[in-house]
Amino acid sequence: MIKAILIFNNHGKPRLIRFYQYFAEDMQQQIIRETFHLVSKRDDNVCNFLEGGSLIGGSDYKLIYRHYATLYFVFCVDSSESELGILDLIQVFVETLDKCFENVCELDLIFHMDKVHYILQEVVMGGMVLETNMNEIVAQVEVQNRLEKSEGGLSAAPARAVSAVKNMNLPEIPRNINIGDINIKVPSLSPF
Amino acid sequence: MALKIVKGSIDRMFDKNLQDLVRGIRNHKEDEAKYISTCIDEIKQELKQDNIAVKANAVCKLTYLQMLGYDVSWAAFNIVEVMSSSKFTYKRIGYLAASQCFHESTDVIMLTTNQIRKDLSSPNQYDTGVALTGLSCFVTPDLARDLANDIMTLMSHTKPYIRKKAVLIMYKVFLKYPESLRPAFPRLKEKLEDPDPGVQSAAVNVICELARRNPKNYLSLAPLFFKLMTSSTNNWVLIKIIKLFGALTPLEPRLGKKLIEPLTNLIHSTSAMSLLYECVNTVIAVLISLSSGMPNHSASIQLCVQKLRILIEDSDQNLKYLGLLAMSKILKTHPKSVQSHKDLILQCLDDKDESIRLRALDLLYGMVSKKNLMEIVKKLMLHVDKAEGTTYRDELLTKIIDICSQSNYQYITNFEWYISILVELTRLEGTRHGHLIASQMLDVAIRVKAIRAFAVAQMATLLDNAHLLTGNTQRNGICEVLYAAAWICGEFSEHLENPMQTLEAMLRPKVATLPGHIQAVYVQNSAKLFATVLKSQEGDTDSTTTQEASQLMIDRLPLFVQSANLEVQERASCILQLVKYIQKLQQKDVEVAEEVCALFAGELNPVAPKAQKKVPVPEGLDLDAWINEPPSESESEDEQPKAIFTKEEPKHSRPRHTEVDEKELARRREARKQEQANNPFYIKASPSSQKVYQDTSGVEHIPVVQIDLSVPLKVPGLPMSDQYVKLEEERRQKVRAEKKKKEKKKRKEKRSGRGRKHDSGPESEEDIAPAHMVDIVTEEMPENALPSDDDERDPSDPHKALDIDLDKPLADNEKLPVRSHRAVEAQKSPVEDGERENAASQEPKKKSSKDKKEKKKDKDRDRKKSKEEKKKKKHKHEEKEEDLLGGQMEEPVVQSEETSEVAALPTSSSAEEVATVAAAEAAPAPGAPSVTAPDSEPDEPKDTEMEPKSSKHKKKKQKKEKEDKEKKKKKHHHHHRHSDAGGEESVQNGTVEEEEPLPPMSNYCLLAENSYIKMMKEDADEVCDIQGNLQDGSQVVVSVIFENKCESFLKSMEFNVLDSLNSKLQRPEGSGPHDGLVVPFQLPPGVSNEARFVFTVQSIVMPQKLKGTLTFIVKNEDSSTHEKLDFKLHFTCTSYLITTPCYSDAFAKLLESGDLKSSSIRLEGVNMPFHHLLARICFHHHFSVVERIDSCASMYSRSIQGHHVCLLVKTSAQTVSIDAKCDEPTLLGNVLDEIKQTFSQC
Repeated sequence: MIKAILIFNNHGKPRLIRFYQYFAEDMQQQIIRETFHLVSKRDDNVCNFLEGGSLIGGSDYKLIYRHYATLYFVFCVDSSESELGILDLIQVFVETLDKCFENVCELDLIFHMDKVHYILQEVVMGGMVLETNMNEIVAQVEVQNRLEKSEGGLSAAPARAVSAVKNMNLPEIPRNINIGDINIKVPSLSPF
Repeated sequence: MALKIVKGSIDRMFDKNLQDLVRGIRNHKEDEAKYISTCIDEIKQELKQDNIAVKANAVCKLTYLQMLGYDVSWAAFNIVEVMSSSKFTYKRIGYLAASQCFHESTDVIMLTTNQIRKDLSSPNQYDTGVALTGLSCFVTPDLARDLANDIMTLMSHTKPYIRKKAVLIMYKVFLKYPESLRPAFPRLKEKLEDPDPGVQSAAVNVICELARRNPKNYLSLAPLFFKLMTSSTNNWVLIKIIKLFGALTPLEPRLGKKLIEPLTNLIHSTSAMSLLYECVNTVIAVLISLSSGMPNHSASIQLCVQKLRILIEDSDQNLKYLGLLAMSKILKTHPKSVQSHKDLILQCLDDKDESIRLRALDLLYGMVSKKNLMEIVKKLMLHVDKAEGTTYRDELLTKIIDICSQSNYQYITNFEWYISILVELTRLEGTRHGHLIASQMLDVAIRVKAIRAFAVAQMATLLDNAHLLTGNTQRNGICEVLYAAAWICGEFSEHLENPMQTLEAMLRPKVATLPGHIQAVYVQNSAKLFATVLKSQEGDTDSTTTQEASQLMIDRLPLFVQSANLEVQERASCILQLVKYIQKLQQKDVEVAEEVCALFAGELNPVAPKAQKKVPVPEGLDLDAWINEPPSESESEDEQPKAIFTKEEPKHSRPRHTEVDEKELARRREARKQEQANNPFYIKASPSSQKVYQDTSGVEHIPVVQIDLSVPLKVPGLPMSDQYVKLEEERRQKVRAEKKKKEKKKRKEKRSGRGRKHDSGPESEEDIAPAHMVDIVTEEMPENALPSDDDERDPSDPHKALDIDLDKPLADNEKLPVRSHRAVEAQKSPVEDGERENAASQEPKKKSSKDKKEKKKDKDRDRKKSKEEKKKKKHKHEEKEEDLLGGQMEEPVVQSEETSEVAALPTSSSAEEVATVAAAEAAPAPGAPSVTAPDSEPDEPKDTEMEPKSSKHKKKKQKKEKEDKEKKKKKHHHHHRHSDAGGEESVQNGTVEEEEPLPPMSNYCLLAENSYIKMMKEDADEVCDIQGNLQDGSQVVVSVIFENKCESFLKSMEFNVLDSLNSKLQRPEGSGPHDGLVVPFQLPPGVSNEARFVFTVQSIVMPQKLKGTLTFIVKNEDSSTHEKLDFKLHFTCTSYLITTPCYSDAFAKLLESGDLKSSSIRLEGVNMPFHHLLARICFHHHFSVVERIDSCASMYSRSIQGHHVCLLVKTSAQTVSIDAKCDEPTLLGNVLDEIKQTFSQC
């Protein structure tokens, strides 16, 4: 079982949190802080498994994480999950994000937390792995997005327009800054 | 309408959306909290608006704020509102928010049940998917119970996307509602062979999770998994299965033997490291389970170790880590094969990665032997010195102690070495584990008698140099060691070289800076030392030392008397007064040493950690019985108001609470026992426990070997453990040399030409003799302790409830609760299931729209029609009666009375009348009252609970009226609707799903009756295995209501049926084929009860008739007579059909397949609304409606043996034509005949 999925950036700012077991909000924040503390002090060339988060889990649980550019993807899992399997799953998830957002970067996650959630929901459900096939995940996400668009139809048009105008009026469109180093680099998929 | 939408969206565009909120927060970095609080205010305003789009937007923003740590539970109700939006876009937002912030104690969750159910049965698969995903995160026991059946249905959904989600969520349902596991398991098992790989993977996933916790219940699935393992190519599935086998093999070694080969093949063939790793892991598990029996698997072990070595040597840190992890598993059973890689593992200790170092440490723990312990610990000590970062160093420290103390100090050959290691560890700066070192010192000193002298000397040095340990405030943790040192010096002071010096060290003023509990030990043990000093000087004429000692005490103790710590103060003042008194006696030259020593006489023995738990409960002691009278009611009522202010205890923690109480009681009892044992005035029943302790320990009788003289006992200053390593080496060499000499001699004598392997080869474990014999005092256990190994399992573990035997056939009472508005139908689940299904599936099929308005129109039309009919019959009704639903809703409440009254009706009439009524019932006429089995479901639908209970009385009256009306109806022989049944308009709850008005129907019919008893039967087909294949046996359950019609008591009822070749009554094991079944109840006059009988049926294509007899004893006040009643059981072909939902696309596929034979019938003169007709077919013949268009409907059902039956029902005027298709023509013919009969009777 996966107990929690956390995505936060290099400064510990949460970008997505998904607990499959109930924790109160302040506890959730503590867990994020602790996990960030544990993960951030590790070099990039050490192993991706970490034991000893005291707040979440216990002896049976492990933190399995991957670090992409500015983001940490951390899965807290118990011993029924295969460690390497989860590492691959994180990779699949990130590649899926990359496909859905077209060259995903941290800003996509910042501004579209809801969409990231919807993608994650197609990968993991209730703490159990739902789908590992990226094409299938992308297909399902796209169908749902189309459904959403068709529902929006006419009535959503004004809102979309306003949103576009709002973006135009801003002095800077955040996506254009730092695009180089903020992009999540997706290394090639390891054999799975 | 359209204007409103546009207006809403214009409003909306001025609201902030999620992106605006995020942008805003990023632009307000300085006053983020303030900005967010204004945003929350805006959101609150937005939530108040009617526009669902605005609400959804607000909820979306709340979800973001929740991530930032804001509590958004106040908006829970709004989230539910958004969830219930008909648009997927908003629904998805709502469910996401719910999944992020709902939890078991969110009270609005109970409002969601109907909404979720509606979404689950939505025609849009993504509505269903979103609901399943959300539900998986916040499912509660209530939701699980109410929705289990719906989800189970979804497991056979046509879309794999829904199937896999439904399968996965079942695990959560099982956890919350363990009763659902057995009924759902057959279908889950079925999904293991689903054609869709995703569904299959999900099923494997769920079963693996289940099996991990309770593997023994899943052993029977091993062959299936074995097949999957050899056929599947999905690595994810393979990994799961292989992991599952790892959990199963310890329970079934034969499985392990079979696994070795395919696993080895996989290891050789796979390129995926994850799979390779899991294979190795499972092979290890297999080897562990086989370790005793099969010696010839060394090749497999070698293969594993070899592969792991490759992993460990890999540059990928992840593989290295996992390699070490797996290695530690082999270690437990095959330490030798791992020990050969010691070099590699020690190398990993130097790795820069802490995770890897910790894993290597773990391995070392298992790799030590008597031979290499000293060497390994020496290496570790080096690492301790080098390690930067306290956490890793602390980890090292605990590991050193773990390694040395494991399995009762098994590997320590020289305890002096160990004590010196411990003393060396005290020099660690800033460790948190001072108490750990201290407890080791105490443990060793107490349990290893031979070491005490040495330990005391070391501790005395430690005490002397206490300033080194306490000097730095940062080192606070380590001062715990002084606690142990002081205690050891005091307790075993007879071994002290110079007690006076130690006494002085213990009473230094600096001691007052130590923590209170340590000071207390100092004070207490200084008194012990004092006693020793007195004793040692007793014989001497010169009394200066003793006087010096008492003076020292008197001088120094006042410092402790002033201590703020109560314990220190109390002990110090006590001892001070004592010493003062002793001094007085000394001055009079009175010999006091003996008396003073007596204060501290007696030896302490260690107690096993589990000793307390294992104290058996004395016979005849009932812990639950009240000792005093229970507190009066009024008292508890007084306490009640408090609960308003304190949080009420959650339900699940209650049993645990009482358990704690029991433990507490046991503890107190033990304490009392001790007290009694020590109380001289208490008459002991048995030899006191203390005495037993002394008798059993018996260690004194074991001769303690003299300590080897080569080891210097007196070490100036603190010893260095390294010395011991050298010494040990020398000693071993000596022993070896001696041995060699002996061997040489032997060889010379024997003159055999053996190779000289022995000399250079490493000595085996047994060769190493300990430096000195050590008798380790065993831990004490209470007398007649209970041997038990169930200490480990946590009673609060949710998985404990899932420890359920899955192979037992399903009992009737295990069916999943089925939703229904009418509790009448709740217990007859298969049939009603069908009706419900039908009602549910009818709605979405109305292609045009499923709007409530539309439906209302429908209903109005129906109502008009029915009104016209009514007018014809000159039945006038009040306006209130219009609400047909109301009438139906009320029925559950009345049902049980109805049963008895309907049954009572014939009793009061003449015999002929009885017959007619019975006949009318047998052919369920539209007006027939609904009769139910009396055993009602424990969980009544919420709808009925919401009704005010006071209405019950009214209903009774109404019902009586109804009875009268019905009699009339029968005379008229008209077909009319039962709409006049419910008089009152019931409170329509918004959440109640609307249902088309249907006349109540019953499947109960009269079986037989005489002047004593009446039997009514209903056959509810229940199949043991939902698959309904013949291998698992097809079963039909017959429910029979027995009603006592006479004034006497009926007892000893026996139900017997003459078995035919095809159908057999299931009898309990051991009874003959002609024995009757005892009906498990007796009947007092006027009472009815229901019993169920299970029949096994082989062929289902033909209807069956079985002859049977009921024998019973009629008991009057004065006499008792034996009576019997013959009856015939008629098994129609419809009773072999089970309502199975089918979706239109699957239905179309089925028809196209061409495997089905067709047949058709025409019914003339059917005078009833079309939907009644459908409902009747659904109800009596167990069909479900697939699709309905105007006056044409397709229906589907499946037999218990898997035959598909498809109907196309058309109606025009009063003619109904039914075209049917089935893969078994005989069955179809019979079913159609039965349908014809049903309609000809009305």
